[in-house]
Amino acid sequence: MSTVVSTPTEKRVIPDRLGTPFKRIMSSWEVLLFGVAVVIFIFNSLASPYFLDAWNLSDATFNFTEKAMIAFAMALLVISGEIDLSVAAIIALASTAMGAAAQAGVGAPGLVAIGVGVGLLCGMFNGFLVSVMKLPSIVVTIGTMSLFRGISYIVLGDQAYGNYPEDFAFFGQGYVVWVFSFEFVLFIVLAILFAILLHATNFGRQVYTIGNNDFAARFSGIPVERVKFILFMLTGVMSGIASVCLTSRLGSTRPSIAQGWELEVVTMVVLGGVSILGGSGKIGGVVIAAFVMGLVTFGLGLLNVPGIVMSIFIGLLLIITIAIPIIARRIKAMSSK
Amino acid sequence: MSRLLRKRETLLFIIIAVMIGAFSTRADGFATPGNLAGIFNDTSILIILALAQMTVILTKSIDLSVAANLAFTGMAIAMLNAAHPDLPLIVLILTAVLIGACLGAINGFLVWALEIPPIVVTLGTLTIYRGMAFVLSGGEWVNAHQMTPTFLNVPRTVVLGMPVLSWAAIIIVALIYVVLKYTQFGRSTYAAGGNPTAAVYAGVDVGWTKFLAFVLSGALAGLASYLWVSRYAVAYVDIANGFELDSVAACVIGGISIAGGVGSVLGTVLGALFLGVIKNALPVIGISPFTQMAISGTVIILAVVFNARRERNRGRIILRDKAAAETPAEVAA
Amino acid sequence: MNNALQHPVASVATNDVPAILEMRGISQIFPGVKALDNVSIALYPGKVTALIGENGAGKSTLVKILTGIYRPNEGEILVDGKPTTFANAQAAIDAGVTAIHQETVLFDELTVAENIFLGHAPRTRFRTIDWKLMNSRAKALLTSLESNIDPTIRLKDLSIAQRHLVAISRALSIEARIVIMDEPTAALSRKEIDDLFRIVEGLKAQGKAILFISHKFDELYEIADNFAVFRDGRAVGHGNLKATPQDEIVRMMVGRDVENAFPKIDVAIGGPVLQVEKYSHQTEFRDISLTLRKGEILGIYGLIGAGRSELCQSLFGITKPLSGKLTLNGREISINSPLDAIRAGIVYVPEERGRHGLALPMPIYQNMTLPSLGRTSRKGFLKAANEFALARKYAERLDLRAAALSVPVGTLSGGNQQKVVIGKWLATMPKVIILDEPTKGIDIGSKAAVHGFISELAAEGLSIIMISSELPEIIGMSDRVLVMKEGLSAGLFERKDLTPETLVRAATGNA
Repeated sequence: MSTVVSTPTEKRVIPDRLGTPFKRIMSSWEVLLFGVAVVIFIFNSLASPYFLDAWNLSDATFNFTEKAMIAFAMALLVISGEIDLSVAAIIALASTAMGAAAQAGVGAPGLVAIGVGVGLLCGMFNGFLVSVMKLPSIVVTIGTMSLFRGISYIVLGDQAYGNYPEDFAFFGQGYVVWVFSFEFVLFIVLAILFAILLHATNFGRQVYTIGNNDFAARFSGIPVERVKFILFMLTGVMSGIASVCLTSRLGSTRPSIAQGWELEVVTMVVLGGVSILGGSGKIGGVVIAAFVMGLVTFGLGLLNVPGIVMSIFIGLLLIITIAIPIIARRIKAMSSK
Repeated sequence: MSRLLRKRETLLFIIIAVMIGAFSTRADGFATPGNLAGIFNDTSILIILALAQMTVILTKSIDLSVAANLAFTGMAIAMLNAAHPDLPLIVLILTAVLIGACLGAINGFLVWALEIPPIVVTLGTLTIYRGMAFVLSGGEWVNAHQMTPTFLNVPRTVVLGMPVLSWAAIIIVALIYVVLKYTQFGRSTYAAGGNPTAAVYAGVDVGWTKFLAFVLSGALAGLASYLWVSRYAVAYVDIANGFELDSVAACVIGGISIAGGVGSVLGTVLGALFLGVIKNALPVIGISPFTQMAISGTVIILAVVFNARRERNRGRIILRDKAAAETPAEVAA
Repeated sequence: MNNALQHPVASVATNDVPAILEMRGISQIFPGVKALDNVSIALYPGKVTALIGENGAGKSTLVKILTGIYRPNEGEILVDGKPTTFANAQAAIDAGVTAIHQETVLFDELTVAENIFLGHAPRTRFRTIDWKLMNSRAKALLTSLESNIDPTIRLKDLSIAQRHLVAISRALSIEARIVIMDEPTAALSRKEIDDLFRIVEGLKAQGKAILFISHKFDELYEIADNFAVFRDGRAVGHGNLKATPQDEIVRMMVGRDVENAFPKIDVAIGGPVLQVEKYSHQTEFRDISLTLRKGEILGIYGLIGAGRSELCQSLFGITKPLSGKLTLNGREISINSPLDAIRAGIVYVPEERGRHGLALPMPIYQNMTLPSLGRTSRKGFLKAANEFALARKYAERLDLRAAALSVPVGTLSGGNQQKVVIGKWLATMPKVIILDEPTKGIDIGSKAAVHGFISELAAEGLSIIMISSELPEIIGMSDRVLVMKEGLSAGLFERKDLTPETLVRAATGNA
């Protein structure tokens, strides 16, 4: 038999990274979005004298903090290749549960536990249907969305719960220091925690891999179903937390609470640079997107633009920010021919 | 025969029949032809929207903007009717279809030319179109007394035992059936959604097919907008809120696969009727209408479970994908 | 020598019949890879041209250009002597080109008749699709191929051989003049192959030009008139097949003697490491038993559909077995998930490395560290320095060629991607490594390197199971070979008894 064919090679040294960090950062989605945010900020301050006021800006944050909390968890879910359209319905159900408990005299800590607990249970139900039963998440969560809000309607009908204990109002209406509300601080803390989870832990790496190639993740020993189940639970918990904040802020509960929020949350996620197809996106982008959406709604609110017209701007923003890189790429491809 | 029994449509038909039977024991007169015709009439608009949604879903897309499309278009023609009562109804209806088709074309263009995922596109247009309805109307309502008698009465007119509204649904059902079964476009929707790679190999223009599907969906939404506004005798910004999800639900229940390429017109119609029967039955048998949402939700979940089970019983477990390789390194083989 | 291939004619054309289709100077360039380099080929009416080449030689790229999926960067295509461009798949179809692929690319949910006529269905007066006519025409086409398939049933209910028939019917229905067959006999029984060849003769008689891609020389010598050999994206030989001895063809394919391609080191084989007893799966395989010893390379041979990958995926925990026992180094183990397998020290390098082995958009180093995150991270937190160190170690060991460790692994060539996958698994310090078609889609240069590397691993004491469909590879590399046929074990052969005939006979069940 022949001998081993070994070709002598010099040791090939492969660099760890290419290019400079500066170039890499400058061409990212997050920077583009940040630019948009700056433009909107400037525009708003020019358009209305009330804009550049610390307390007004603080009020503005309420526009997006609750949705952003959910968006963080939703971002991870979307990166893994799934989606959860039932988040707003979970808010409603959790709120209804809290309202019922409040009627029964439960105090603020108990209410928080119930709100978050209901969110967790709903998330587990979604997780069960998608991970264990292997059902497509988009239609399943359309179903659970109707189911969860439907339960709220059964309990409340066209009534409302009020009578929340006084200290419960802190979550949605309280301030931690100066103009920074509890909600805002919570939003920042959660942003940091989720960023660490997604970008610095093994779990986050697994999420990215699953979104990039479900098969390869499985073939590499990643427990895909378990990860997705956890993500749905996380989304549920965040919806529960958001529900606590929102209910506390409004001081009441109707079954129609947070109607339409699921689409706003998804908009925030996609606007933040997370690909709806999965596999890419950063928490930083979602944070900036939250600010952008908050700035737009608040600025337009100062100009007395009705809410529903504001959503035109949000819709346009979503489509334009997705379209621009695609068009830019096409132009580049065409000019290089 | 057993193949017939295993089909989704048969199962659904049986379930609906059983439901009607069950409800009629609790409420006399539920199963009378008159009442059943009434249920069909009530569900006509949902049937039309569900068929619109079905065409889009077949191509592996989704249209979350159908209801917003309906709202804008309905407001537009209601305002037209109020401002120009002398405009013939046929002109108004054609205008509605045209406006709806244009709105659908915008969706289709973004999906086809820019290849933006349909869920993102229609998420955006859903808020834009509804906002546009507000801008158009200034937040004002168009009420019954502002609409011409013809405008209001035509769908209610009874022809051959059924209101024109029901006939409209029947005609659309027949039309979509013919389009999907007998036209190149129709077959392309099944091909494009069933196996996009093979569709390209077979010469089907997948992007263009999706575009046409969205245009058709929009046109049907436009037609439905007239019917809605006329039937409920009012036009305001929030009309048909949530109908986009109902249309998806009807499709899912009817056996349309969200992955595309699978589904029948009959299934969609039965899926819509299923929801319609429940909606009509609840007040009659004494269950609060507030339970309707929860029931819809449960039904959707069950339908998805059934759909998934059907798609899984495919014989051998083959872990190799059927689609062609995409990466340059692989295709160089 | 290859310059003479500008206009391939001469020995191939008989009676000076002009070519139906000619490709001249075709080049296809992808980022980082030149898939085809100045390739020319001609197809003649009534003749079968065999397209021969190893995996990675450029055959499927050529097919994609012919069917209008790709547009070549250089070169021209002439149909009946006139320069033509295939702007898209429909243009190729209009020019009379049709292809039958290994896995027929058709529509499971549509009926047989519709699959045959999609895109060109017969119409009624009103321009609507005439289903009745379509069904009857489909029936006629299928009958002409001596098949009684019911045209109204869904494609998903058919076998692979039946699907080929549907694809051929489609070719006939568009009155294709050029029929491309890409490995059509994989997964066909002898009788089905005979039927297929009979049909091919019929197509030849109708004056169609056929491009027949296959690895199997005995079939090619049976059916083909001309041949063209590709190697590393270049056309390196062409001519009359029956007048050319097989050795010469093989030499053109491989570029050097086959012997050197398999640098097998003689290794002292140790005791049993993995014992598989009567492993059975619900549908894919039954009662498979084997013993893998330390330092051994156990080859698994068989036709497509024999259940080889399914067996190994089950050993790796991707699918659950129905019954059977596994013993690793004397201890009984049960494997229900890939994680179990990895922990036990059994790893699997999949056949479809891009689809199952790598997350292509992700960086090299992230792909490499994926199953080893437990070791490179600290308390669940990623440590980039550790990850790069690990990736660097195995990149060097495997002689990886890449611009940087942080570039997406999808930009690498097939051979280098394979190295990343192997490196990923070596990093987990396995005891048993299962390779599923390890050199599929890899250029010849890297093939030898991969083989040399596999031998080194065996010498280091790893136990290796290697699934391969390439006889020279499996005969050259294996200490023993298990042959599988339709889910059952068809024999275990020692190295000294390994001949192509023995293996093929066992795999096809032919006496």
